Amino acid sequence: MTSLILRRLGFAAFTIAFVSMVMFAAVEALPGNVCTSFLQRFAQGPRLERCIEQQGLDRSAIVRYGDWVSGAVQGDFGYSLKKRKPINELIWDRFSNTMILGGIAALLAIPFAVFLGIAAGVRRDKPLDLSLSGAAMLAMTIPEFVTATALIYVFAILLQWFPAVTILPPGASFMQMLPNIVLPVVVLSAVLIAHIMRMVRASVIDAMSSDYVQMARLKGVPEHQIIRRHAVPNAMIPALNVIALTIAWLLAGVVVVEKVFNFPGLGTLMIEAIYDRDLPLVQTIALIFSVIYVGVNLIADLAALALDPRQRRKGH
Amino acid sequence: MTDPLIKIEDLSIGFTAKGGRQAPILRGVSLELCAGETIGIVGESGSGKSTVALAMMGYLKSGLSVFRGSAVFDGHNMFALSEKERARLRGSSIALIPQNAGQALTPTLKIGQQIDEALQLHTDLGRADRETRTVELLEKVRLPSPEEMATRYPHELSGGQQQRAAVAIALAGNAKALLLDEPTTGLDVTTQAHILEFLRHLAQDLGVAMVYVSHDLGVIARVADRVAVMYAGQLVEEGLTRDVLNVPHHPYTRGLLASIPRLGEPGIPSSMPGVPPAVGSELTACAFADRCAQVREACRKGVPDLVDLGTSRSRCLFSNEPAAAQTTALREPEIRNDMALSLDNVAISYSQPGLLDRLLNRPTKTPTVDRASFTLQKGETLGLVGESGSGKSTILRAIAGLVSPRAGSITLNDGESLTAPVSRRDRETLRKVQMIFQNADASLNPRQTIAEILSAPLQLYFGLKGQAARDKAKTLLEAVRLPERYLDRFPGQLSGGEKQRVGVARAFAANPEVTLCDEVTSALDVSVQAAALSLLTRLQKENGSSYIFVSHDLAVVRAVSDRVAVLYQGRICEVGPSAQVYAPPYHPYTKTLMGAVLEPDPDTAPVLLADDMTEQAPPASGCPFQRRCPRRLGDICDSTLPPARQLGLGHVIHCHIPEEELDGDALRVAQSQDLLPTG
Amino acid sequence: MLNLLQTTVSKPSGAIGLGLTVLHVLIALLAPVIAPYDPTMQNADAILLAPNAEHWMGTDSLGRDVFSRVVHGGRLAISVTFAAAVIATLWGGFAGIFFGAVGGRVDEYSMRIVDAFLSMPWLLFLLLIISIGGAGPATIIPTLGFFYGVAILRVVRGAAMQVATRDYVTAARARGENIWPIISREMFPNLSDILLVEGAMRWSWMLLAFSSLSFLGFGATPPTPDWGLMVAQQRSLISTAPWAVFWPCFALSTLIIGINLLADAIGKALGLDRATAIAV
Repeated sequence: MTSLILRRLGFAAFTIAFVSMVMFAAVEALPGNVCTSFLQRFAQGPRLERCIEQQGLDRSAIVRYGDWVSGAVQGDFGYSLKKRKPINELIWDRFSNTMILGGIAALLAIPFAVFLGIAAGVRRDKPLDLSLSGAAMLAMTIPEFVTATALIYVFAILLQWFPAVTILPPGASFMQMLPNIVLPVVVLSAVLIAHIMRMVRASVIDAMSSDYVQMARLKGVPEHQIIRRHAVPNAMIPALNVIALTIAWLLAGVVVVEKVFNFPGLGTLMIEAIYDRDLPLVQTIALIFSVIYVGVNLIADLAALALDPRQRRKGH
Repeated sequence: MTDPLIKIEDLSIGFTAKGGRQAPILRGVSLELCAGETIGIVGESGSGKSTVALAMMGYLKSGLSVFRGSAVFDGHNMFALSEKERARLRGSSIALIPQNAGQALTPTLKIGQQIDEALQLHTDLGRADRETRTVELLEKVRLPSPEEMATRYPHELSGGQQQRAAVAIALAGNAKALLLDEPTTGLDVTTQAHILEFLRHLAQDLGVAMVYVSHDLGVIARVADRVAVMYAGQLVEEGLTRDVLNVPHHPYTRGLLASIPRLGEPGIPSSMPGVPPAVGSELTACAFADRCAQVREACRKGVPDLVDLGTSRSRCLFSNEPAAAQTTALREPEIRNDMALSLDNVAISYSQPGLLDRLLNRPTKTPTVDRASFTLQKGETLGLVGESGSGKSTILRAIAGLVSPRAGSITLNDGESLTAPVSRRDRETLRKVQMIFQNADASLNPRQTIAEILSAPLQLYFGLKGQAARDKAKTLLEAVRLPERYLDRFPGQLSGGEKQRVGVARAFAANPEVTLCDEVTSALDVSVQAAALSLLTRLQKENGSSYIFVSHDLAVVRAVSDRVAVLYQGRICEVGPSAQVYAPPYHPYTKTLMGAVLEPDPDTAPVLLADDMTEQAPPASGCPFQRRCPRRLGDICDSTLPPARQLGLGHVIHCHIPEEELDGDALRVAQSQDLLPTG
Repeated sequence: MLNLLQTTVSKPSGAIGLGLTVLHVLIALLAPVIAPYDPTMQNADAILLAPNAEHWMGTDSLGRDVFSRVVHGGRLAISVTFAAAVIATLWGGFAGIFFGAVGGRVDEYSMRIVDAFLSMPWLLFLLLIISIGGAGPATIIPTLGFFYGVAILRVVRGAAMQVATRDYVTAARARGENIWPIISREMFPNLSDILLVEGAMRWSWMLLAFSSLSFLGFGATPPTPDWGLMVAQQRSLISTAPWAVFWPCFALSTLIIGINLLADAIGKALGLDRATAIAV
């Protein structure tokens, strides 16, 4: 049991290490560097040399990677050339805003989606299932910026219930924030719900057609109890990992949704950083997102471990 | 006479095919069962036997509907009840014991919780009482340490234990009738024999009625008072087990009985030609007419009725005519005094010690197969027999080069080494060793035509392409008695027996010297099995190939083998000429195994020697059978390798018991009829 | 093939999916013929006109004909994502079958790396690459192709592992066939269905990704007519000229839905249960 948890933890650590390496390597492999990106057409002569020296780009890639990693571990992500500030000062406000947005969306979406998935799965091919599956298909395929634009048009412009773009004074309280995040949360949740619901539905359908559910029926177990005790716990095991994977969607979606609503989160900061060609900042944000993602996957793995006696007691 | 407990009348069940046609799976079945009685329903795949049994609970698999007739259980018309009332009866008055308990138990609930659920639904017991009752039930099904069993999850039990747990759940509601749907299929013979004896006693003790569904007449003969034989969705014969098995009236029952290989008789049993009508097809004549040796004009005029013959009923117009003679074809092997293959001290391990194991200096696991030595002569058939985990298939895979032995040598006749894996063997060596697989369904690529399947070895070994390969493929099909037009068909368009013939033809395309047969008939129905066995025998004669024939079925091995090796936990216990291995003196394990075999004869009883515990891994030292041996001598069995005792020409028994003291009694003495309740 | 098409179209969702996909592809191909105006032609006298007889979908803030722009708007997205989908299917499919066939340590270690790649929010990674390499098909096609290929690899490898344990593959191995005939003759024909459906499904997700990139300003560059970019540019005027935003949204959504429905219907027609496959 402990060895299983340790193995999962080890894999999470490996993944983060790997991701950071790939990101670093990608920046290295592509033409240009921090300085040429930043200086653009001024990237020549003494200006370039000075920048290269300041950034320590004359050192070998391995040394710089080591520096970057050891700094990141201590919470020091370096210096933003464009904003002329340590990256640390730039990200934490944005980070907490994004966490609030994403966290609320996930907390609302996951239970709701699981519930809908079960409801659709046990009523396979009935009207409820068909309409839910149809709605999920639409929510998955229509791009977030389209949904967001439509919601803004209806609720912000026509009905004027919510602001169309986020206006947050620095250090705004949660209550001040609330009206601003309703629409972004709705957009993010819709995509999440659609994906998770589809997976849970498929998983429930599998479980409902299994031998043990047939056996429970022949034991005389009432239908609601079959669903609750026999089908759902087993259906959730494979579904958990997909719930974790859809978080990837959430993270990618966050960037788009933040941009649409002009929400001061990590996503908008990243887009700014890309416009500015501020590589250290882009790298840092991508790394933070990866760590969150790996963390979510780890939680899902551990939850599956808790739910599945076969994984728990046999190992591997 | 009292009212029957279960009464099925003129029941037809089926599905609606394309175009709204009603496609029946059951055709007008009528059957009765009294309280406390056991009926066996026997038939081949697609005969509708499971559908009848489930109908007794008012259960239909999805897509099926009742066309006609009724199923009455204990005064309730099961298909007229509301879903709620049916649910109340299920699990209490009538309970099912499923075929595959491993899949029928909910994986995330502990055994105790699953029994408790049934108790909660069908009894008024309080929580504490239910807990006691759960342990009682686990005790009743004779599971070791019942308190601890209750806290285990299904995957932590062995196959036999899972089956017992399923029985405990079924007993929770004090059922009047138990339905058993092939409950021992897939279990080892010794486990099967134990479970069957247990079920027999249970039925007697509790006075419950049992409906026992099986494809195996041997099992039915052991447990059932009456037997109903199903064919193509119809009841073709029904009566007291003893009457039906001793004097079968329907030609199908006769054919079925004749096609079962017997432990005591060498030689290939007679086979039934053809295949049963497709499930759901329309019947206008006797369903068996096309396969019947005694068919007459009248048989094709209409569907015959079930005729009452006094003690039994039979659906044949000519039930009282004498049966056509059934012959067992004795094999006449042409064994040449020339070595085809020899194994010397072969050890095989699946798991290699990982880096972590080596660092921690963990002891290496005992190999899956160890000290495997035997020889095979040209034209000879060697049977490898043993239960699951005996390593018989592993040895085949090592000879085929799919796994590499850890030690020892495998040598072909001319001294060529087969110790190397496939990738390092040359083409000619590869050609000489061919394999036929258990499941023809899985061994033929569904996306290739039969011609393509047969061309692959022809191209690889002989460089044949195009028309030349096709011509050769045609002759191969002829050799396995399949028509040329099959060349352009896909495996999905063939029946199970036909697919296995293609599998055989593919192996013989290489003109092999050694053919490895891995449970080649165990996925086939008995009536088809005999034909496959005789095909293999004929081809051996024509091609002079040597066979290694792996099977868990001792009677089948007896039918086709010249010599037999008995394996336990990857170690050979006994090897020798069939006639000697199948006769006393026996190795204690051989005797255990043979004692557990069930034969379609109500007058023989199995002899249960060892208990049916499952072994996790072979013991590190001493005799492999030490933990279960009924004739264990003592510590010597645990510590010292048993000596190889030469009992006759090529007959070796690995046992510490001296030859004189080995069991000399013949096994199959007709038993008294003590155990079967009458009336 | 014809048979497959019939089964696919036999259900309404399959017919709609096929219809939408074919329609969109045809419009994209014939755009220069269909469009009444040059999609980049600005007209200072016709700014933000509501739909009328001359401009069926109105005009945008620069006086460009929305209908002509919508008709052209899919060309870049469809061609870029189609190319990326082909790359992803080819490399992901090949590597997936290969690892599934080889198995063992090679497979085990490779999968660790694949899992790590799947653990990267790829859109962010794509943004990282764009920030260095610049926007444009030359960056986007290989990156999309690579990342979606990893996801296809994972799915195909899972299926290939199952196929690799089938006895017909064991039979070929025992016969002494090399790895290539085993992959091409024994395994590939049993996996081509999955590849087809996966490829089509990923194509629809790539369209979604590409249009999101365009919307963020990293995909198509002005003045190229592109749906995502059009929405981004005209969004601020949505209260006065909703048509300039609505039509590109409509066109984009119907195309993605169409491909998605089509892929789903093909999967069902082939008897594949796509529900459990993960759409990353």
